[in-house]
This record gives sequence, C-alpha cells and structure tokens, in this order.
Amino acid sequence: MNVEELQQIAAQAQEERDKFDYEVNVCMGTSCLSQHSDRIRDAIAKEAESCGKKCHVRRTGCMGPCAAGPMVLVEPAGTQYGHVREGDAKDIVSALGGDPVARLDPRLGSYFEGQHFVVLENVGHIDPEKVDEYVARGGYEALLKVLTEMTPAQVIEQISKSGLRGRGGGGYPTGLKWDTVAKVKGAQKYVICNGDEGDPGAFMDRSVLESDPQRVIEGMAIAAYAIGATKGYVYVRAEYPLAVQRLTVALREARRRGFLGNAICETTFSFDIDIRLGAGAFVCGEETALIASIEGKRGTPRPRPPYPAVSGLWGDPTLINNVETFANVPPIIRHGGEWFSSMGTARSKGTKVFALTGKIQRTGLVEVPMGMTLRQIIFGIGGGVPDGRKFKAVQTGGPSGGCLPEEHLDLSISYDALISAGSMMGSGGMIVMDDTSCMVSVARFFMEFCMTESCGKCVPCRAGTVQMYNLLTKICKGEATRRDLDQLTELCEVVGATSLCGLGQTAPNPVLSTLRYFRHEYLAHIDEKRCPAGVCECSPAVEVHA
Amino acid sequence: MPLYAERPPLPSEDKRWRIVNGTMRKHGYSRNALIETLHTVQSSFGYLDEPAIKFVVRSLRVPLSQAYGVVTFYHFFSLKPPGKHTCTVCTGTACYIKGAQKLVAEAEKRLHIRTGETTPDGEVSLATVRCVGDCGRAPVVLFDGELSAQMEAPRLAAQLERWTTQ
Repeated sequence: MNVEELQQIAAQAQEERDKFDYEVNVCMGTSCLSQHSDRIRDAIAKEAESCGKKCHVRRTGCMGPCAAGPMVLVEPAGTQYGHVREGDAKDIVSALGGDPVARLDPRLGSYFEGQHFVVLENVGHIDPEKVDEYVARGGYEALLKVLTEMTPAQVIEQISKSGLRGRGGGGYPTGLKWDTVAKVKGAQKYVICNGDEGDPGAFMDRSVLESDPQRVIEGMAIAAYAIGATKGYVYVRAEYPLAVQRLTVALREARRRGFLGNAICETTFSFDIDIRLGAGAFVCGEETALIASIEGKRGTPRPRPPYPAVSGLWGDPTLINNVETFANVPPIIRHGGEWFSSMGTARSKGTKVFALTGKIQRTGLVEVPMGMTLRQIIFGIGGGVPDGRKFKAVQTGGPSGGCLPEEHLDLSISYDALISAGSMMGSGGMIVMDDTSCMVSVARFFMEFCMTESCGKCVPCRAGTVQMYNLLTKICKGEATRRDLDQLTELCEVVGATSLCGLGQTAPNPVLSTLRYFRHEYLAHIDEKRCPAGVCECSPAVEVHA
Repeated sequence: MPLYAERPPLPSEDKRWRIVNGTMRKHGYSRNALIETLHTVQSSFGYLDEPAIKFVVRSLRVPLSQAYGVVTFYHFFSLKPPGKHTCTVCTGTACYIKGAQKLVAEAEKRLHIRTGETTPDGEVSLATVRCVGDCGRAPVVLFDGELSAQMEAPRLAAQLERWTTQ
C-alpha cells in the first residue's frame, strides 16, 4: 500500500458513489436497529429499484438523535427523516429530488447547532463494515503519513502539541502517556484500547465502535508505531454485541487491505489487534484491572506504580487509551496538532462526545467543542426539560462524578472546571434530572452501584461503600439523625482518601456533590422525615407531583 | 509419565463442545484464554455448569479455584441454567431516572419471583443489567436479548403475560 494505491481505493469508492443520483443513509446503530431499521433499509432499496431511481441505500452508524429514531439521511439534499417506519419507504423514494416528506420531519430544532464533529465526522456517511468507504473520506491517510514521513518522536510531538487529554475520564495528557511508554525499553510492547464503557448511562464508545470502527483501528496503529508496539487489544463490553460484531468485521477488512498485519503499507512496521470481551465488571475500566482481565484473571486492580507504561500486560510496557482518545488521533495527524489545539479551552482542547440522556427533550449523542456551557448543551441542543417540569440537576462522570445544580449551568465544560465544581468529565455521560428526582435516592443509586461493583480487594471500598449505602438507605427511609449525616460525611472522606483504585476513591463523589448542592434535601429527610420529590419510602403518601 | 496431563476428551458428543474446543485451540490452549473460553461456553450452553468448567480448566491447565473465582467475579457469567425466556431490565442511570425500578417491581409482581431468579416452571428468568447503551430511549428492557426501548409497565406486563400463558 502506498499513497497512490490509497488514492486509487478512494477514487474507486467515489466512482461507485457517482453512479447514483441519491444516497439514502439508514441509521443502523443499536438504538435504531432495535426498531427494525434493517427492514426499513430493505424496503427503501426495494422501492428505489422498482421505480428505477438511481439510489444507493446504505447502512450507517448512529447519527446522534436517538430519540427521533429510526433516522434516515438523504444525500445530496441533506434531508433528515425521523421516526421512519417501513411503510414510509414509498414516500421517501418518491420525494427524492423533490420536496421532503413533511410528516417525517424529525423536528430536531437546534439539535445540531453548535455541534462540531471531529470524532463523529463520518457518522451517517459511511457503512461501518466497509473499509473502502472510510478510505474515501480520508481514512488511513494519517497512518500512511506517519509510516512514510514521520519518526515516532514526531508523531508524539504532534499529539503533545494537540493538547489531547484522555477521554476516558481521567484527562491525563495523551502525548505524555505515549512519550512515557515510548521511552521505556522493552522488546515487546502493547497497545490496549479501553472500550469497557462501564459508566451506566453513557454510550459514546459503543456508538464510535459501531459507526466508525476503522477510525479506532487507525488510531491504535498510529499509537503502536509511535511507542514501538506490535500487538494490540480492544477490550469491549460483552453487553455491546453489535459493537463487537462491527469491530470484528472491521478488523478483518483492515487486514484484507493491509492496514493491519505484517509489513503494513510496505514498511517494516507490523501490528495486529485482537478483541477481548469484558464480562460485566465496572472495575475493569480501571487500567490495571483491565490488564488482569485480559490475562484471564479476576479484574482486580493493583497498586501503582509500577504504571502499565512500565509494567503492564504480562509485565511488558503497555499503553492504554480510551476508544474516543484513539478516535481523535487520525484527524490530529491529518490536520496537525495545532489545528486540534485551536479548538477548546486553555487546558482542555478539541471536542468531547457526550451522551445526553434523562429528562430531556432531545436525547442522543452530541459532540461539542470544549468550553461550551452546560446550558447551551442542555437547553440549546437538548431542548430543555420536557413536560413543563423544572430542571433540577445534571449528572456527569457516572458513578465517579457528581450532580450539578442550576447555578452551575453556565459553567463552561473542561476537565478542570468540572472537577472544581465537584463533578468530573468522566467518559461523557450527561444525565439530566427534573424536579421529580430525589437527590438522596440518586446518591443511593450510585452508592448501590459502587457497592455491588467493588471488587473487594481493599477494605475502605469493600466495607465503606456498604456502610455508606446503609446510611443513605436510612436517610431515604426517614430513620436517620443528624449524627448519621456526620458519619456519612466522615466516611466519604475516609473512603475517598484510602481506597486503592479510582472506583473507591471516587465512589463518595455523588454523595459529596449532592451534599454540597442539595443539603436541604438531606435535611428534609432527616429533620422532617419527608422526601421533597415524593419518591422515597419515608413519604409514600405524599404525592407532590400528581 | 508426561510432564503435563493429557488434554481431556470432549465431555460428550454434543457438537457445542467442538465450538468450545475451537476457541481454546484458537488461543493455543493458553491459560489467559480462560475468560474467552468461558464466554464461548456460556453463549453455546446458556450457562456454566460444573462439568463444563472442569473440562475448561483441565484443557487450559488452570486451577479450578481460579476458574471459580473468575466465574463468580464477573456478572456476565451464570452458574444456573436460564429459563426458556429471559426478561432483562436495564438499571443504568438513564433508565433509573426514567423509572426502571417500577419496571423491575412490575416484573417481580407478575412473575412472583425476585430479580436473578427463574419461575418454578422454568419458563421465565428475570435479570437486571447495568446499561446496554440505548440510554437515549430509556427505560430499556431486553426480551430474550431483543431490545425494547421506552418501556412502560403495561407493555412489560403484556409481554410477560404472553410468555407465561403460552
């Protein structure tokens, strides 16, 4: 493979496209597929054939606005249809080249306003199982550029210059991580892609793997070249069968085209990737636990140092990055680190993909530049809280994050701003709650999660989460005293300070942030034995919201 | 005496054992293929029973204790056979906010069992899962692995009714 051949593949794919007058892209991500979007695609294809229109019907990955699914995107007009049913195929096809079908308007309002696609740039435009379509949109240009024009040090320099930080939640500078692994001496090194999206309520990694798996593969290959690795693993949750299937096909396709395997693109660089399935353990998102799981063991973390960069998989130097982090790499190489660092805030560069869910008008996947305010995302893109309810809080960062109240809606999103507000970026789940949610029971929900997901290795986490859960239950039942609240606060500090890994260290965060912003709700449960939202056991008879 | 014991024969004529063996062969009978192999057993047989685990540990030369530790550590693995049908309620955060607890309560009430159990006639198993990633259309329930989103208690009850009266 050289530049000419790459261009030839792209040209061929383009030629294939030019044969058609129209493209009908049908979303076949998990969400739309569960509403039988495969049958919709078949119906449209059949219809187009029977009326003789030159129309290419394509399966694509998630287009974002899941609540309006199944989604269909018609090119070149750029018309979007929502809530499409099989019976709508005829109307969609006959509207090609004319006025769009008005009744299928997804009514997305300002959903796409302010969004900026870097990671999701191909979404809705390529078939995730066809490598050539990815190449036609500039795919693997970056890998080829890296292999033929750049030294590993130059690659790391570009990544460092871009200011990219880990998208899994921690926000560790990616360039620095790569540099560390590159400098460690070792005959065998590994690249691991962390797709163990354990945060319940987040689905960015699932969507990226389902919609554009080649992008992740390319990012991993570039990383492997930069640090000197020859073997990679993608660790995906078994709960995401479609992502696993798409990734399996993508790996086979990439090998067929020679982007993986021996002597990639006629260079001395060799690299291949295997898939490892997770088995439903949240703690495996922690890097040392993930490594143990790949080794076939119980996924328990171990103390660091040594960091995986020095001693990781089977004791060899290992680079672990999140799916979204790798997905950002090809565009950075293509456009240069400076291009990437021109987006975002001073210390958080680029864009971030969020999964916008909960009590919000327009749910779905969004990608926005860092620095956008929570208000813009929730009320602009998401359309605010439905049913005339009042916004109460937004939860970010999953079980490690916190709930932010209305006063913080004008906070511009960056790693540091979220942490100083008592939450964190996390992997990108953003769950909106209205006034029907009780913040104490939300805290209890997360504590129950951490309690059952605690691996049991260290005492503070194993025992502390149980005690905190019991205290929160007591508060919810209206049986707690002020002393219990003090004890809860103290336990939060102890568990946070003394736990072995991130799970335990951050487990108190949902409690701490709700205590900080919604202390009055805790006090209502304790002093008045009353749940202001009317959801807890202590006030079953009080229906505040009829 | 060979240094290592021979690999055990397949437990029965059942063709599914060949699939299991295939996974182990693909990984060169390496010890770190334990989780991958258990995944294959579970997807082929629906659960992991004692003969299956023993067959896997002897083939991979892993201590039985380690395999038992792994099986009980990960939520995905089950030591009990599932019912003819499974109803899995997602209890991720988005589903929780949209009232997944009510769905769990409804299913428990209809089936007269608790989460994690199977009805005495072996017809329906009730389980929960931590997020299947369709949070945009929460709450979500999986009926026999098929995703149904924006679920409501009456719809859930109707589906369970269809299963139990068949």
